[in-house]
Amino acid sequence: MAEITINAKKYQVNSGITILEACNRLGISIPTLCHDDRLEPYAACRLCVVEVKGKKNLQTSCSTKIRDGMVVETHNKRVINARKEVLDLLFSNHPEDCLTCEKAGGCKLQDYCYEYGVEEGTYVGEKKDYHIDDSNPFYTYDPNKCILCGKCVRVCDELQCTNAIGLGNRGFDSKVVTPFDLGLATSNCVSCGNCVAVCPVGALTPKKKEKYRTWEIRKVKTTCSYCGVGCQIELLVKGDKVVGVEPARGTPNDGLLCVKGRFGYSFINHSDRLKAPLIKRNGEFEEATWEEAYDLIIDKISEIKEEYGSESFAGLTSARCTNEENYLFQKMFRALIGTNNVDHCARL
Amino acid sequence: MMITIEMLNEIKKKTLKTMTLRLEKKNNGISSINKENVSDKKHVLICGGPGCHSSGADELKKRFEQKIDKEELTDVNVSIAGCFGLCESGPNIEIYPGGTFYSQVKIDDVDEIVEKHLCRDEVVERLLNEGAIKEENIKPVFEVDFYKKQEKIALRNCGIIDYNSIDEYIALDGYQALAKALTEMTQEEVIDIMKKSNLRGRGGAGFPTGRKWETAFKYEADKKYVICNADEGDPGAFMDRSILEGDPHSVLEAMAICGYAIGSDQGYIYVRAEYPVAVQRLKTAIKKAKEKGLLGENIFGTEFNFNIEIRLGAGAFVCGEGTALMESIEGKRGMPRPKINRTAHKGLWGKPTIINNVETLANVPPIITKGAKWLKSIGTEDSPGTKVFALGGKIKNTGLVEVPMGTTLREIIFDIGGGIPNGKKFKAVQTGGPSGGCIPEEFLDTPVDFASLGKIGSIMGSGGMIVLDDTDCMVDIARFFLDFTVDESCGKCVPCREGTKRMLEILERITKGKGTPEDLDRLESLSEAITDSSLCGLGQTASNPVKSTMKYFRHEYEAHVKEIRCPAGSCQELLQFFITDKCVGCTKCANNCPASCISGNLKERHVIDTEQCIKCGTCMEVCPVGAVIKK
Repeated sequence: MAEITINAKKYQVNSGITILEACNRLGISIPTLCHDDRLEPYAACRLCVVEVKGKKNLQTSCSTKIRDGMVVETHNKRVINARKEVLDLLFSNHPEDCLTCEKAGGCKLQDYCYEYGVEEGTYVGEKKDYHIDDSNPFYTYDPNKCILCGKCVRVCDELQCTNAIGLGNRGFDSKVVTPFDLGLATSNCVSCGNCVAVCPVGALTPKKKEKYRTWEIRKVKTTCSYCGVGCQIELLVKGDKVVGVEPARGTPNDGLLCVKGRFGYSFINHSDRLKAPLIKRNGEFEEATWEEAYDLIIDKISEIKEEYGSESFAGLTSARCTNEENYLFQKMFRALIGTNNVDHCARL
Repeated sequence: MMITIEMLNEIKKKTLKTMTLRLEKKNNGISSINKENVSDKKHVLICGGPGCHSSGADELKKRFEQKIDKEELTDVNVSIAGCFGLCESGPNIEIYPGGTFYSQVKIDDVDEIVEKHLCRDEVVERLLNEGAIKEENIKPVFEVDFYKKQEKIALRNCGIIDYNSIDEYIALDGYQALAKALTEMTQEEVIDIMKKSNLRGRGGAGFPTGRKWETAFKYEADKKYVICNADEGDPGAFMDRSILEGDPHSVLEAMAICGYAIGSDQGYIYVRAEYPVAVQRLKTAIKKAKEKGLLGENIFGTEFNFNIEIRLGAGAFVCGEGTALMESIEGKRGMPRPKINRTAHKGLWGKPTIINNVETLANVPPIITKGAKWLKSIGTEDSPGTKVFALGGKIKNTGLVEVPMGTTLREIIFDIGGGIPNGKKFKAVQTGGPSGGCIPEEFLDTPVDFASLGKIGSIMGSGGMIVLDDTDCMVDIARFFLDFTVDESCGKCVPCREGTKRMLEILERITKGKGTPEDLDRLESLSEAITDSSLCGLGQTASNPVKSTMKYFRHEYEAHVKEIRCPAGSCQELLQFFITDKCVGCTKCANNCPASCISGNLKERHVIDTEQCIKCGTCMEVCPVGAVIKK
């Protein structure tokens, strides 16, 4: 344990953690745009700076570890001025389209500008003017809104391990790019959307099938139905309609998803979706009850098995079923019907 | 092959015979020549430094050899060595005995030198360096003002030995320090001597080298690394380049000593690809050191192994920053890391790593052989030893100088540098490159060391020194350095990426006459914020050129924004061209004006329409009577 003084108040905290972690645990709010506790400290946005007694320059709380006897100021004038300057600089090179931005309400830059009273970007000069990359079917990348926190690149590298994107150019011209800046469609992006999930601003946004504002939706936590991993997801529900999916933190996926869980939700409200079993009668499919359907299946299986034997069966199941469902299906084939002729489409 | 100390001494003895004449230079004229031991009677030494190399040193050598052959002179040696330092007057050559100093020698001058000087012992006066003649007396090179106040440690072999000859390096005590460290000293003893010498890092920050080594030594790990930071990138700085090109073995030897001290067997030299000559000479040096067994396995029959590899930088200034440099070696984008771990604990690939600058390393071997006391007898208490500076800008003797710490700026600029050319007045000196500041005349008597330059708003930095005269606009100088920093910012952290750009835009507005008094306040608050909150040294020091010029030359900034006037007459867009009554009405200005904004009849005074004038200065250039002035 270490004793530290934060804003003239003494605290006992675990040694070995950063100032930011300590403040989070103590309920002291420190702004940050580039920090993610699942990633290596990056210290690029400089918004989490604090004053540490004995240090000449301000220190980033995300990358400075607690030491016994440390004296920290998290909200004095010098610190606040530095944060305001950072926000001003960022906003001066950012589109002023918050009214129509998809991220409005969920944008960290917006939140912090509000918190620190930065009403406008006061620096007049060159502004980003890049082409918007719309080539990915699931999400849009608008480099003009990017604040270069690097989270997307680091998630893709450190957690997703796909390395589809990286930083290109240098200095003021830095930009998140795919190899040779040829666009997302040509990259090895697997459309997992984990970059979209961590983007603190409106640079990476999911393509929406239905318009919604962040304050119009409620989040319903559930388990992804695509496979047996059991990823935790949050359904974004507007009225009674699922309009989007976001990954949830915690076991087992800790904020990550694959393309299926993240973007494959449109079947929920799809007009082709079956909601009851269908039985073909007189050449036409007709809606039936589950009891009728089960009875029919049992009859057919018994009949065929008796007449042609077990090996006359073959079963194919779907990757959209859970592992448990697939397990039950093959068990039914092997134990009940008595054949190994069972397979799985293994693709989406 | 395994080398022994006896073999090293044998090479030394043998090679010294061919070098004796040249050593007059090293000993400042005190000739220890034992004629019996000299294998040649005359020695022509050609400067192979960056400047002289590009202006044809290699061709000069060839021509000398051809002519000497033709004249059938059998006892004349010609060799090419590292930088002599006085780049302004290159290509430079020296002839021994005597140390006659010829400058700006062209290929066609060679025959004359051979015929007169080498054949008949007549000095070719017209080719003598300007500083080598005083009141008709011919002075040897070591008495020329430029060299007199210099003291050479890092550059001790530059300009004397042939950079491609490992034997010549050995002849001047090369690899003796490594031999001593490996066979007579423990790791602790090597570190102790470095700590006691208080050698401070010459790359800019001045961190004590011995303490750095000790930290890495004490940290246990299965692998440790030694890195030589040769990513010299300050505009106008070429100290490290000259050492790498003129005396590459001094760096290799020092890296091996460091490797022994901290327990590392692998070194990397991170050198910029823009230094192809240095890279080539380093490669040759590494190959030769390996052949002799001075690098590789079981050096001097001990259990110590050490290898060195070269890694090329791709032109990013920020890769001179230690953590960005390591990222680059690891194959990643060159961006600084957050300072969570010490490099001496977790550096390259997470292993304990020592990064020393070229000049720092070049100081190491003599400290090991001569001891800590010797270094402390030179320079100041706080900053022992010497420092190499690259003198540039508005100075007579552009070149490379090495002086004891504590030498004043005035001595460097006026006594060694020869002052300001063309009768202009000294205005300021910019030290430390883009991270440094501008020092005005009132501080010229400041002794140069790490602390004193910091106190007056600049830094020692790696040793760039750019002299400015009264025609240099200080706002424009600040703009120049900011322009460099904006280009070289890696783009990782917000204050540096966005802030330096905005600072540059404000400075550009001011130099174009579009600045406002509020811009000055903005510059001040922005530069504070950038210094206070940037990630690495590049951002933290990027505002220094602005801060120091605003501190000492605020009146120039104010003249730009309040009177829309550039006092130095340097900012083109703020100038106004006028035609005075000296005008004879020759019409030349009007005929040559690309904007056709000069009117007037033949033999009558002409007038410039200042609204239309594009301030190109053509009228001023073509006026035969000097009637056009700018103000």
